[in-house]
Amino acid sequence: MKRRLTINKIILALSTLSALIGMGFLFWILGTLMYKGLATMHWDIFTKDLVNGGIRNLLVGQFVMALIATVIAVPLGVMAGIYLREYNSDGKISFVIRNLSDIMMSAPSIVIGVFVYALYVDRVGHFGGWGGIIALAIMMLPIIVSTTDNMLSLVPKELREAGIALGGSKHKIILQIVLKAAKIGLTTGILLSFARIVGETAPLLFTSSNSQFFTLNLNEQFPSLTVSIYNLATYPDQASKDLAWAASFVLTVVVLIINLGGRYLTRNRKK
Amino acid sequence: MVGRFFKEFSLFSAVLILIILAGIFATLYIYASDSIHQFGWHFLTTDVWEVGEDDEGGVFGGLIPIVGTLLTTLIAMVIAVPIAMGIAVFLTEVAHPMLIKPVSIAIELLAAIPSIIYGMWGLFYFAPIIQHLFGGSGVGLLTAGIVLAIMIVPFMSAITKDAMNVVPGVLKESAYAMGATKFEVIKDVVMPYSKTAIIGSVILALGRALGETMAVAFLIGSIMKFPKHLTDPTTSIPVLLANNFSEAQDLELSSMFYLSLVLFGVSFIIISIAKFYFLGRKR
Repeated sequence: MKRRLTINKIILALSTLSALIGMGFLFWILGTLMYKGLATMHWDIFTKDLVNGGIRNLLVGQFVMALIATVIAVPLGVMAGIYLREYNSDGKISFVIRNLSDIMMSAPSIVIGVFVYALYVDRVGHFGGWGGIIALAIMMLPIIVSTTDNMLSLVPKELREAGIALGGSKHKIILQIVLKAAKIGLTTGILLSFARIVGETAPLLFTSSNSQFFTLNLNEQFPSLTVSIYNLATYPDQASKDLAWAASFVLTVVVLIINLGGRYLTRNRKK
Repeated sequence: MVGRFFKEFSLFSAVLILIILAGIFATLYIYASDSIHQFGWHFLTTDVWEVGEDDEGGVFGGLIPIVGTLLTTLIAMVIAVPIAMGIAVFLTEVAHPMLIKPVSIAIELLAAIPSIIYGMWGLFYFAPIIQHLFGGSGVGLLTAGIVLAIMIVPFMSAITKDAMNVVPGVLKESAYAMGATKFEVIKDVVMPYSKTAIIGSVILALGRALGETMAVAFLIGSIMKFPKHLTDPTTSIPVLLANNFSEAQDLELSSMFYLSLVLFGVSFIIISIAKFYFLGRKR
């Protein structure tokens, strides 16, 4: 009996230890970022471009690519989710698409980069912002599909029936009732997936590549914060490493704020 | 009229997923075909990666990065599985109700941190510790594997936790009534009940670990050599692609596409198995 109790205690202690390890790494990583980031941070990195030792063009470039990718992926993803849930919920084709979309969500991001290289860079003959955008949009699409599909499935059937009873046509019921009911959940999903793609590096390496200069021309090499961090960190000089830390700090703060903001939205709804 | 267009557009969007997926497989295959014709299946068992004279031809084989990918993933899984299970058990059976929310948010935030950040932190803060403890140059299989483990723990523990949460209370209570300890309830009631989801989550995390690029790129050392020790540097498929893809030409580029196809195919199969056999297909 005593042995059983001892084993019980040991296992429960190990389980608590696992949670402590997980949280320990989180705080270790965040603490390092705070420490290095704040130490290397100067306000003028926000007003200078990479060529002058700042990250202004990188922030704009990364944000522009992620934003346009979102503008492309969200309508397509939401519409696909609508098809899966509202038009053909039990159909064979929906079953296939739903599961393949989930599989695509876990596809290696570097392979998406390789694919877009063949699709875009190899065709036009040079790197370009559009390449990065296509790669990020492809990464985002299945996440939006799955979120929409799940959120629409939570909308009560009665709401749709009420719409039908009022004589609304199918697309009006979807647009004016179902989507409205699922609005908060969808917004959260979009925010979380934006937070995910804005921090991506691998799909950008050989699609948008990187640029030291400020540009908004999506047909040429486009500045990327994450690709720059990867390059800067491996340069031997301390100034480059410091800039990489400052950039990492900014990136993580942005990603975590969007992430927590998204969670906060759904938390309020549950109350 | 509008309704019809709306429906057609939604169908098009849904089918777009299939088109993209088929497009990825087809494109990778077409671009890899030179290498596939040249080397065939031997590509997977050849450990040479050499550009020929005057950048013409050459011999390319993927064995070193393939082995590197498998080894880092294996190390990551060995470390991550017990920790993820521990966290799931902690969140469902051990933690004080007040702690559940903050701890699970903290673990989920671990998944939100971009992989490049893991790489930066790992290279400058974690690798020196590994070097101090185990020798070697700091970067290598072990460092990459451990950091990879931290990255996949949140995926595993989230799915496992959800599966453990739906174990009916009655089952657990009847075991407690028989005098079982908490550990015995977890081992004999909770684990068997959520077994399939747990295996599914492990396989899913495995699929993710195979394709992880940036963190591993910082930490594996990126050398085209088999590792002899746990701390030796080597390379993996995603890392080779990340570092050498841009400069590759002709047959080497085609071989890079071959490697991508292998990686994509393998993770596609692994994730499908996790989804269809263990996590229950979605209807």
